[in-house]
Amino acid sequence: MDREATDGMKRTNGHGDPQDARQAAKGVAASPAARVRGRAWLTGLAGFASDVAKLPARAGGAAGKAVAGRIPVADLDERDPDYIRESLPRLWMLASLYHRGEVRGLGNIPEQGGVLLVGNHSGGNVTPDTQVFTLAFSSYFGVERAFYQLAHNLVLSMPGLSFLRKYGTVAASHDNARKALATGAAVLVYPGGDYEVHRPIWERHRVDFDGRKGFIKLALSEGVPIVPVVSVGGQETSIFLSRGEGLARRLRLDKTLRLKVLPISLGLPWGLNVGDVLGHIPLPAKITIEALPPIDLREEFGEDLDLDEVYEHIVRQMQDTLDALASERRFPLIG
Amino acid sequence: MRINAQITIGAPPSLVWATVSDPGRYRHFMSGVTRWEVMGDRREGLGARYRMLMRVGSAEVGGLVEVVECDEPRDLAWNSVTGIDQRGRWRLREEGGSRTRVELRLAYGIAGSGVWGWIAEQLAAPTVRGHLRRTLQQLKRQVEQEQLRAAASARREARAA
Repeated sequence: MDREATDGMKRTNGHGDPQDARQAAKGVAASPAARVRGRAWLTGLAGFASDVAKLPARAGGAAGKAVAGRIPVADLDERDPDYIRESLPRLWMLASLYHRGEVRGLGNIPEQGGVLLVGNHSGGNVTPDTQVFTLAFSSYFGVERAFYQLAHNLVLSMPGLSFLRKYGTVAASHDNARKALATGAAVLVYPGGDYEVHRPIWERHRVDFDGRKGFIKLALSEGVPIVPVVSVGGQETSIFLSRGEGLARRLRLDKTLRLKVLPISLGLPWGLNVGDVLGHIPLPAKITIEALPPIDLREEFGEDLDLDEVYEHIVRQMQDTLDALASERRFPLIG
Repeated sequence: MRINAQITIGAPPSLVWATVSDPGRYRHFMSGVTRWEVMGDRREGLGARYRMLMRVGSAEVGGLVEVVECDEPRDLAWNSVTGIDQRGRWRLREEGGSRTRVELRLAYGIAGSGVWGWIAEQLAAPTVRGHLRRTLQQLKRQVEQEQLRAAASARREARAA
């Protein structure tokens, strides 16, 4: 536990005697000396109540520090091609049978060299489109081709999800992305991140990067092409109701955990799911993904390019494709 | 998992061999195959390498394969170098009356994938079997059509002479 949080607990407990507390709990009559100690205990209880009221902020800060302390520095060597290869059957079954996944346009991805794959993000904290795309990419190009996915550092800090590193998942940061691209790897980034992935279900057919243009600067600095990757269906794997941005602000999650949202959804097995911290069981929605032709930024927009123009171009192109993919769907979930 | 499919084609083995040994024709008659590209200098024969992919479910699976047996016009076998483990074989045997018995074998799997790998192989089998059967039907149509054209061309030349 973080020091600030443990200090808080010591302060609340330090005033009271545990034996008196046990007696009080049992309703046992206290002696005069015990009554004096009891008043001190009551003072302690008031302090405890006061501290409880401050807990959300403290817990946020504590968790934030814990997460920040556990952000894994990208060790690209953690990607394990043999592990990926051996897990392909599991991924294949999940993608083929559960999500009836369909991935098009993989031939648009340059065969060699670094490339920045820019996707729209869907599915809450369980992202089936990433799983379907990882399978498709790994089987199409072979597990020998280095492929990294950028994920929120909270995901990689969670116990039990360390296996994601074997797939090439690294904490989302410019340094990590640059490091991966410099090796000539393909890097998948979701600029919309936690903001886009928790959009409400009625916005499921909308590309929303929240104005984040860092991926363009990254592609420019590393001199790699951008390949937009558009997916549809992922946002039907749960009933996403709200991003809960106001709630996240009030709990200071934006400051402590880099989380702008505290999503509210209806999902299995929880029913009402606030935060989606433990994930959910995704509904078996059909996932369709399309990789678009590569964009060489300097070739298409010149040396003196305008970031806003490039951003609008890419988002519009992806939105057009998403609209086309959405129009192919006859029914939600079924596809 | 090993899958076999066979068919009898009304053409001599040499004609069938001309088709199955030419990597440029694979995309035209191999069902489900999305890629069959020559990798390296050797286009065909022993040691030739190809990058092949076959659509099965949500993925295009395959990898780099190498011809490990080439006994014209009887056997052509390949093994995987990268990608999923696979071993394929064209087996051509002459039957009476200029007919050829063609067998296409494909064994596939992923070593080390355990029980999930076994289940996935079983689940993929109907799709792969369907691809192999359609491949043989398309091969039969293509070869017999070529033979008909060749015969018609010969008749035209004979008439012209």
